[in-house]
Amino acid sequence: MFPTIIQFIQRAILQGTTLLYGSTGEIITEKSGHLNLGIPGIMYIGAISGVIGGFMYKQSVAQMNTVLALLIPLFSCLLGSLLASLIYCFLTVTLHANQNVTGLALTTFGVGLGNFFGGSLIKLSQNMGSTATSIALTPIAKVYKTKLPFADKLGWFGDIFLSYGFMVYLAVILAVVAALVLNKTRVGLHLRAVGENPATADAAGVPVARYRYLATCIGGMVAGMGGLYYIMDYTNGIWSNNGFGDRGWLAIALVIFAIWRPLRGILGSYLFGALYILFLYVPVSMDKQPLLQMLPYVVTIVVLIFTSIRSKKESQPPAGLGLNYYREER
Amino acid sequence: MTATGHERNQSAKAHVKREPLFHVSKRDRIPLWKSITIRAVAILAALLLSGILTIFLTGENPLAVYKYYFVGAFGSSFKVWNTLQGTAILLGIALALTPAYKMRFWNTGAEGQVLIGCLATAFIMWKVGGTVPDGLLIPLMLLSALAAGILWGVLPAICKAQWGTNETLFTLMMNYVAIQLVECFLKVADKTGSNTVGPNLLKNGWLPKLGGQDYLLNILVVAVLTVIVYVYLKYSKHGYEISVVGESENTARYIGINVKKVIIRTMVLSGALCGLMGFLLVAGTSHSIDSNLVDGRGFTAIMVAWMAKFNPFFMVLASLLLVFLDKGASEVSTRFGLNQDYSEIVTGIILFFLIGCEFFMNYQIHINKSRLPARWRKEAVADKKEVQ
Amino acid sequence: MNETVSEKKVALELRHITKRFGSEVIANRDVSLQVLHGEILAILGENGSGKTTLMNMIAGIYFPDEGEIFVDGEKVTIASPADAFRYRIGMIHQHFKLVDVFTSTENIVLGIRDDQRFNLKEAAARVAEISARYGFELDPNKKIYNMSVSEKQTVEIVKVLYRGADILILDEPTAVLTPQETEKLFAVLRRMRDDGKSIIIITHKMHEVLSISDRVAILRRGEYVDTVVTKDTDETALTEMMVGHKISLNIERSDPVNVCDRLTVKDIRMTTREGVEVLKDINFVARAGEILGIAGIAGSGQRELLESIAGLRHLDSGEILYDNPKTGETVNLCDRTPIQIRDMGVRLSFVPEDRLGMGLVGNMDITDNMMLRSYRKGHSMFLNRKSPKELAEHIIESLEVVTPSVSTPVRRLSGGNVQKVLVGREISSTPAVLMAAYPVRGLDINSSYTIYNLLNQQKKNGVAVIFVGEDLDVLLELCDRIMVIGSGKITGVVDARCATKEQLGLLMTSDTAHKPTAEEESASTRTEEEKSIVTATEAGKGEQQHDSNRT
Repeated sequence: MFPTIIQFIQRAILQGTTLLYGSTGEIITEKSGHLNLGIPGIMYIGAISGVIGGFMYKQSVAQMNTVLALLIPLFSCLLGSLLASLIYCFLTVTLHANQNVTGLALTTFGVGLGNFFGGSLIKLSQNMGSTATSIALTPIAKVYKTKLPFADKLGWFGDIFLSYGFMVYLAVILAVVAALVLNKTRVGLHLRAVGENPATADAAGVPVARYRYLATCIGGMVAGMGGLYYIMDYTNGIWSNNGFGDRGWLAIALVIFAIWRPLRGILGSYLFGALYILFLYVPVSMDKQPLLQMLPYVVTIVVLIFTSIRSKKESQPPAGLGLNYYREER
Repeated sequence: MTATGHERNQSAKAHVKREPLFHVSKRDRIPLWKSITIRAVAILAALLLSGILTIFLTGENPLAVYKYYFVGAFGSSFKVWNTLQGTAILLGIALALTPAYKMRFWNTGAEGQVLIGCLATAFIMWKVGGTVPDGLLIPLMLLSALAAGILWGVLPAICKAQWGTNETLFTLMMNYVAIQLVECFLKVADKTGSNTVGPNLLKNGWLPKLGGQDYLLNILVVAVLTVIVYVYLKYSKHGYEISVVGESENTARYIGINVKKVIIRTMVLSGALCGLMGFLLVAGTSHSIDSNLVDGRGFTAIMVAWMAKFNPFFMVLASLLLVFLDKGASEVSTRFGLNQDYSEIVTGIILFFLIGCEFFMNYQIHINKSRLPARWRKEAVADKKEVQ
Repeated sequence: MNETVSEKKVALELRHITKRFGSEVIANRDVSLQVLHGEILAILGENGSGKTTLMNMIAGIYFPDEGEIFVDGEKVTIASPADAFRYRIGMIHQHFKLVDVFTSTENIVLGIRDDQRFNLKEAAARVAEISARYGFELDPNKKIYNMSVSEKQTVEIVKVLYRGADILILDEPTAVLTPQETEKLFAVLRRMRDDGKSIIIITHKMHEVLSISDRVAILRRGEYVDTVVTKDTDETALTEMMVGHKISLNIERSDPVNVCDRLTVKDIRMTTREGVEVLKDINFVARAGEILGIAGIAGSGQRELLESIAGLRHLDSGEILYDNPKTGETVNLCDRTPIQIRDMGVRLSFVPEDRLGMGLVGNMDITDNMMLRSYRKGHSMFLNRKSPKELAEHIIESLEVVTPSVSTPVRRLSGGNVQKVLVGREISSTPAVLMAAYPVRGLDINSSYTIYNLLNQQKKNGVAVIFVGEDLDVLLELCDRIMVIGSGKITGVVDARCATKEQLGLLMTSDTAHKPTAEEESASTRTEEEKSIVTATEAGKGEQQHDSNRT
């Protein structure tokens, strides 16, 4: 019984980490007033960029360097997510396009891009003279999954808290840093003002467009790392098309659950992670399992309804969310 | 006068580097030909870019690539029918969404509303099929599909009307609830563990072929629907109420429209139409069901409706364009051994361009005027004369 | 003081400024003017004359199409608000630019980028210090959404001072203030001027120009007319320069005839969803053939009162009784929907303050906006656009609405024409009661007088007119009786023919004038809003004393 519980917690955290990256990224983005529905697409792009980077590196050298095996996929992931976020920013900030539609288009594009390269990478590389027959990135995944050195010696404590790859901790650190920056710094104050009331922020001399670009790109990169984590850690470096599934949308839903607070996002992510895998631990027949898999969505809906009934001032979205800002509007 | 004008220009030049190079202002209105030109340029640019991308990936002659787009979409009578039926389904979903979006109800749940309609249809085909004649079975399938679609659409609407619950996320989550229910059905109906319930299990309740054509009925239904939705929105009292609620809820309350009622009524309609599309998809086209049957069209339809500015007739063109690209890109990917998802990338690119080109319809760009001093001075003088 | 004006140095100079919006609208054309150190310059002009646009160019919100700006004799380029701050220019906008969920300190330090460590506590201390120096009452840690209008304005002023602005621009600062609060503000402005700061105040109220400014610059239809020394001019001369021709500034007020009670409001109370009590035991009578004015600080419950009469709000208790002039019956409108009210045979028209957000739909054309009131007629499920179109054409003709056609979206019309469309539609149904909330806000003088005439016409026709206004001079000239509302309570009803502005101003802030009931006394039922207004009132009293000590 006890080992099962420990295993359950571990898997919930592993599962929740993807969501945590996504929701932290979306919180940063939404604080600037951008409702980025392209996050699911960006997470796919982040994942596939990491895969491509890792694959290229693996193909090009005989013996991989541990540090490079870690850094090259990470940087390709950040670059890919950055470019995807820039598309979103350019359309919504510079060209004043509707945020929802732009986001949905970006998700279509990103999911397509991920699945396309996921499915064609082998063939494309063969065109270019490679002899690889699969995109198994297990050696790289091994680097990503390196546990803390003393994890195995501390019993259940080590299992629950120390037995993960570095990206699990990085997700928590990023969420904490995001919370600190948002609430304790000048940059955070300016960013929140941009999301609440861009006209006010502008009149006070805060460069609205710059903040929106910056927050959306950083948010996109954080979310993209969720995709990378999923491939390199959670699935041991094995890409499967549509394998990432709906986690991107769940991450967006989590933002509401977390009422735009990154620290609450940490708890929410692990909770959702637990709900996501609950069906593996509850003894039901095969044909009823999907009903348990439905749980995260049903919980989100219930939370949505509940917060809307309570409608507290503190749990409202940024007032400027979803609205583009054009200074000379009149 | 000339002296000051001269002075002004000189000092303006001296400061050119600090002044914004160009500045943007809002347009009042744009002539139709201009907006069509802008869109056409955007589509051409997108095609060019995706062509370059294809060439980069395949190393093929660009003309051959474009040729395969047409081959894929219109290459044979089978392909033409396929394209038309795909257009009909996408258009139908976009039409279903339109009343909701006119009301500014961000329904991102068409995917689920259609899928649950598919599920209801398939469930009746599987459970009741064979025990009653098709003449009874088909109406039963239709009714259950409508009811299921309505249920999926109206739940978020009730919460939105009652407590202002965010409908974008609610409807989005309902998609996944529908997917899991389909998964459940797949496991119950087909014990072999395959991921689809196919025609071998759904033998009864197929829609009749009109004139020997598999898809003609679907296409006709959607064509009629296009006209009905247009008339409903433009000329009916309900349509007027939808516009008022969408433009300003305060105005709606002010003139005594029951906003809650309109939201719920409209989403019943929108959900029902989604259910209808699910019914057509299963009973008229696929005769099978899997959890990916709607295949993202619930989302693509949002963009179809939005790009067409919610005008049903423009939606015909928008959905035809997207289906054409989809089929064409599929053809290209088959010919060159690429992955099927290639078409999603092309769709994404074209959407980016179409979304981006709106800017040039809504705004004007002014290049820094100090570069055209003489002309501007002339206009200023002309203006003054008018006033006097 | 004024003798020295000519010797003072120029702080800010505009030369040949032109600004266009789109291809047709020219907001400013070739405007040149000077602001001196240590003076208060009033910018006078009608609504739509380009005052705010001009000031926005100094503050970096807009960028001029042509022309130059000089600060202390040096040519500058102000491309953003940050640039404006660099030249020590600060603007207090008419619609406050404050983040609701932030505290006053957070709002004040917003946008400042200096080398110092970000420390809100120190900032709050500085805010307190500045407040003390100029005599403001300001809680540095209070959230904006808990503040009254005058508190918000104080935050705006401190925000500009905190940045060390030497040139202050105030856009219609008195529009939302009581006469007493206005006097207080003016005292502060004079103190700042004596400190050597340059102050530009935008206004279209003549008496304020005369009482506060050293010089007046006049704009008309986007063009600069002249700058005059205030003490050398008078109201008539200024008005003529502003409007461009002689106009009579008197509203013709006829004596009411055949007066009878039309609408009786009894003991109504209303609490919002958040638990704030916005209407408390309101009692009054609106009479046919009379204009009843409603005065009060913005947000004192005027909106809620009119909306509950129109059937848009749920009341806790009370009655709204309508005497039907045709049948002689009396019906209760309380808690009826607008449709039910209409179906009861009540002829009630309502011109809400939010024209494009409530009274009309901006993106719809004039015909479709006419249809708002009438589209339900008939049993067909389809619309009849014929008679609305005829009505639209009739209104365009009779009220001289300037529009390209009946199919122009109303948002493209100017403010005055929008209001004519709305008022025209509302009086077309021959109402027995006509309620109008701030019907001349943002209108130029000619349009305002058109509206006043329409209201007077309705009064002569035997309509009970209820007029919510902000300009006390207009209220006193136009209405027969004026009811003053403060914090959701009626603080007095006066005869407009013999009341004074000061009297109204005192009533506006005296929400404690009525004998408080035990229930109201208990602190628990007192809302945040009320408390803040009480604080403001007490602060105001302190300030007055301070002023009288000074003089």
